[in-house]
Amino acid sequence: MCGIVGLHLRDPELYPQLGRLLETMLCQVAERGPDSAGVAVYGDQRRCPEGHAAVSVLLPATGATPATGATPAVGAVPATGAVSATGAALDAARAELSAAVRAALSGGPDPLVTAAGATTVIAAPVAVDTLVDAVRRSAPGALVVGSGLDLTVYKDVGNPRDLAVTYDLANAWGWQGLAHTRMATESAVVPAGCHPFSVGPDQCLVHNGSFANHATIRRELEAEGVRFDSENDSEVGARFVAARLAEGVDLDKALRLLCERFDGFYTLLVTSNDGFAVVRDAIACKPAIIAETDAWVAMASEFRALADLPGIDTARIYEPEPERVYAWHR
Amino acid sequence: MRYEQEAGARGRGSEAEIPSDRATVEAPQPFRIGESDPAGTPAGAAGAGASTAGTASTVTFDLGATTVRALNSELHAPSATSYEVLRPQGAHAIAAGVHAPLTIDIRGHAGYYCAGMNDGATITVHGNVGTGVAENMMSGLVRVRGDASQSVGATGHGGLLVIEGSASMRCGISMKGIDIVVGGDIGPMSAFMAQAGRLVVCGDAGDGLGDSIYEARIYVRGAVGGLGADCVEKEQRPEHLAELAELLTAAGIEPVGEYAPGRFRRYGSARRLYHFAAHNSTAY
Repeated sequence: MCGIVGLHLRDPELYPQLGRLLETMLCQVAERGPDSAGVAVYGDQRRCPEGHAAVSVLLPATGATPATGATPAVGAVPATGAVSATGAALDAARAELSAAVRAALSGGPDPLVTAAGATTVIAAPVAVDTLVDAVRRSAPGALVVGSGLDLTVYKDVGNPRDLAVTYDLANAWGWQGLAHTRMATESAVVPAGCHPFSVGPDQCLVHNGSFANHATIRRELEAEGVRFDSENDSEVGARFVAARLAEGVDLDKALRLLCERFDGFYTLLVTSNDGFAVVRDAIACKPAIIAETDAWVAMASEFRALADLPGIDTARIYEPEPERVYAWHR
Repeated sequence: MRYEQEAGARGRGSEAEIPSDRATVEAPQPFRIGESDPAGTPAGAAGAGASTAGTASTVTFDLGATTVRALNSELHAPSATSYEVLRPQGAHAIAAGVHAPLTIDIRGHAGYYCAGMNDGATITVHGNVGTGVAENMMSGLVRVRGDASQSVGATGHGGLLVIEGSASMRCGISMKGIDIVVGGDIGPMSAFMAQAGRLVVCGDAGDGLGDSIYEARIYVRGAVGGLGADCVEKEQRPEHLAELAELLTAAGIEPVGEYAPGRFRRYGSARRLYHFAAHNSTAY
């Protein structure tokens, strides 16, 4: 299965409620993907203040301290960047990272560090590239799972309802967010295999389905110099979209190109610092439903995830048609 | 009020001939097109789990306090004839597998496979439904006051399924004798490999309507995005207008004015795809 929910707010008065609304939606798709949950929030100034860049990372296990806390899921096979630190080792790694990033940025104020399960969010008042470089140099084994001026990404394995609490989702502010609950099919149940895949600045992609020709497209992208963080098929979709966006095409066109190139089953929700887009494959057997009001646009795998949104009774509700890109902008 | 299906009526819907002994249908309460009641009207306060709140003969299940499994176990060995389901919250398989002439009202939104395999019950969802409502229905009446997701009435053998709102993709896929009436639109790829039964659409139909259709009959009042392989428009003969009027009436739509049978077009199989041609035998 896998579950997807996304919410794009049009009414700024709702911004303080983004996290609470998104958590309600996420809990309604928990059964669709009980092994992991990932969340992306745009505009949460608690964790990425105005004028800051934020980088979300999974820190590697050092091996020095036995992992405590979360037990690896049965059948979990470590993939690239998959072994994440936990417990005291994670706390120590976070403190080290904070100090190293501060040094890498030539002093200045301490970076703002937020712990959320396996994920660490680090924010500083510098350019996105500068912060990403500083994080990579400070913790060479860390996996960057999101970066941008407006974006925080959280990933971990476990029950989605518990993870929403771990991420303190209910208290998140913002103008846009998405979440994914995962039932793994193509790669291991590890934090690095969680959606969303955020591989370009302020970009995110979540996927329900499976791509059939992802290995071929991965090889093509690798030949173009694109590097991958996981064995996940959905990451190939995210890398493909990011490569097209980097070439200057818009989100709408990038997703139409994806439909031409990718074979398999997919419902995709893709977000950027500008908006929100949904596309499904030609057969459209993976579910999707969209609701719109003057105050928000929401997308989910099942209607039940939308049922508690304010004004749902008068929303325009429809299921997106196959191979048609639905996009909204700020 | 109950939709009664005659024993001989199963498997009707043959394109070649319309049986004169059509199932008798009794008109339910009319609904006004475009004014469905997605939220429904909640009944009085319900206690935890099953209770006999409201009228003495109606058993109430609150799915906020008990499980779908408990509800369905009761419905499979019923101690009453009338049931009300509160706080369905989009749960899957609500009232699936009922095989008794029960009346079941679901107050809110239901998830996947609601009323699946229904055989004889009258089930009303006062809200929206997810994928596969009344899939493989045998007989009875299922009514959805709101909208429906994909695969409405998939592989249904009999009974009447009414969607007062719109239905998404693959409505009536592989239908085998069920009658489906949709007040709004239906999505792409509907009536794929539809074998028997009637599909009535008061709004528009999406692309690929009736692809690889066998002998089901399709009536659409609005526009059709495109016809699938071997599906063609057909002449509306008097017997078709008559059965359409009967189906609309059974669904609670008065077949006059904007909804007069003459406003609909009929679609069915060109029969070029599925008949075996003897001169092709050497190809196998």
